[in-house]
Amino acid sequence: MSKLKARMAPYAMILPGGLWLAVFFVVPIGAMASLSLQQGDLFSGFRQTFHFHTYVDVITQYHDQLVRSFLYGLSTTIIAIVLAYPIAYWIATRGGRHKSTYLFLILLPFFVTFVLRTIAWQFLLADNGIVLSPLKDAHVLPADFHILATSVAVVGGLVYNFLPFMVLPIYVALERIDRSLLEAANDLYASRSQAFLRVVLPLSLPGVFAGVVLTFVPATSDYVNATILGGTGQVMIGNIIETLFIENQDYPQAAALSWVLLTALLIGVFAYARALGTEEVLEVSAA
Amino acid sequence: MSATATATGVRPPAVARRRKRRDKAPVLHAYTWLVIGWLSLPILVMILFGFNDTKGRFNFTWQGFTLQWYRELFQIQDLTTALVNSLTIAIIVTIVSVALGTGIGMALGKYRFFGRGAVDLVLFANIASPEITMGTALLSLFVTLHVSLGYWTIVIAHVMFDIAYVAVTVRARMAGFDKSLEEAARDLGAGSFTTFRLVTLPQIFPGIVAGALLAFALSIDDYIITQFNAGSTQTFPLWVYGASRLGAPPQVNVMGTLVFVGGLLLVLVNMSLLRRRRV
Repeated sequence: MSKLKARMAPYAMILPGGLWLAVFFVVPIGAMASLSLQQGDLFSGFRQTFHFHTYVDVITQYHDQLVRSFLYGLSTTIIAIVLAYPIAYWIATRGGRHKSTYLFLILLPFFVTFVLRTIAWQFLLADNGIVLSPLKDAHVLPADFHILATSVAVVGGLVYNFLPFMVLPIYVALERIDRSLLEAANDLYASRSQAFLRVVLPLSLPGVFAGVVLTFVPATSDYVNATILGGTGQVMIGNIIETLFIENQDYPQAAALSWVLLTALLIGVFAYARALGTEEVLEVSAA
Repeated sequence: MSATATATGVRPPAVARRRKRRDKAPVLHAYTWLVIGWLSLPILVMILFGFNDTKGRFNFTWQGFTLQWYRELFQIQDLTTALVNSLTIAIIVTIVSVALGTGIGMALGKYRFFGRGAVDLVLFANIASPEITMGTALLSLFVTLHVSLGYWTIVIAHVMFDIAYVAVTVRARMAGFDKSLEEAARDLGAGSFTTFRLVTLPQIFPGIVAGALLAFALSIDDYIITQFNAGSTQTFPLWVYGASRLGAPPQVNVMGTLVFVGGLLLVLVNMSLLRRRRV
């Protein structure tokens, strides 16, 4: 009896939270699939017609925005790796007693609401704002120069908002490296750059991989940066989904497009995690 | 560890000294501070322009110092309502998701059982899923069931994305968990509740607090998932986003500043408590 009770213990502990995730996370993905295969409108109601053609429609119609989103997500991720790696490396190897202080400073933006941070950039980069205005007055820049409503502003905003997600896992991976391995490399006459390229870099890659997932997914599916910092030429797939769902209330199209984005990203992430080991990616992401 | 010590000890002092000087890496040091400055710039601007003596609704150029917006903080009724909603939602969500997430985290950290991989997979999918598709999927469910959107659908949504974070944080804390302590308590006649309260809970408590802080922060910060499941209910991020098209009033900066300072204080207090505990 007591043995059975002990066997059931983990299930009893998981049940309440597991039920919540099943009902409000797993089932909704099915509900969205079902909604995407319906036809109709808000007034006459939606009927389940298994109209798969909606998927073809949305992919052809919003092809440009899909491609743009993936390009922006990719650029954001690459720039973030380049910016984040040296910081993570410096904090992990030279941070000394102040490691946690430096990490805290890197995480400081997270204490300000995401939307508000992005609006602060809109303010800073405004055509006649506090940065560009003086430069224009001094004729350093032409009067019609602008940063807002360009790809640079949107990708810059994305990098700004997600950079800490890249620094943190790389730092964790670097921090875990056994210092005696470096001593060994040194003893075996490896130069500093050889030791870095053949010992440190390979051992830190799991951190980079975790950072890629944590940055690429939110950057590709974001629409807040594109709305606040971009213009009509920077519309991302998230903007389309938002408009279709909330303003047009064209639920089938919106649901179909959402499904396309979800499957594209999740297949990518799972294939990636499988190739590198789920545990590793999840573990470093969690830490 | 001892191998490292001997290796360093054996090295001639001159080489060690040269290595140390070179080890400072001043370029990377300066670069790190440069990026920290870049990351902090919008925060400084937000704080500064909460003190700006601006005349109209447009808060774009520096007009002089004032405390007017701190005095008139709650003058904009809708904004106040939105902030109160954000805070009460975050509190409810934190309590519920800590209660639900801790169970999952403990079970994963303590037991090997059938279905463990599936639970892991759901948590991973939840954390890795793009926010927008979690928001639209939940909205699809509400649309299908004709649930009207508002305060409680926001609570449901936030708990949905917070549980996994709490579970993962608690599980990480369970890694060094010593099962024999629980067995010892049982052997000494403690019931399962007493064992939990006196032995298990104190060990995982820092993990629970960290999970709670994370859950609170994610809830109060969330824009994307909230937007799809809010109906006409406003939260602080939603109101700010809506106002940004017209130019946000300075009270937004003040509230942002207060939330920022409040969050910093919470984390710093928690960190110093943890440090005292360890000593």
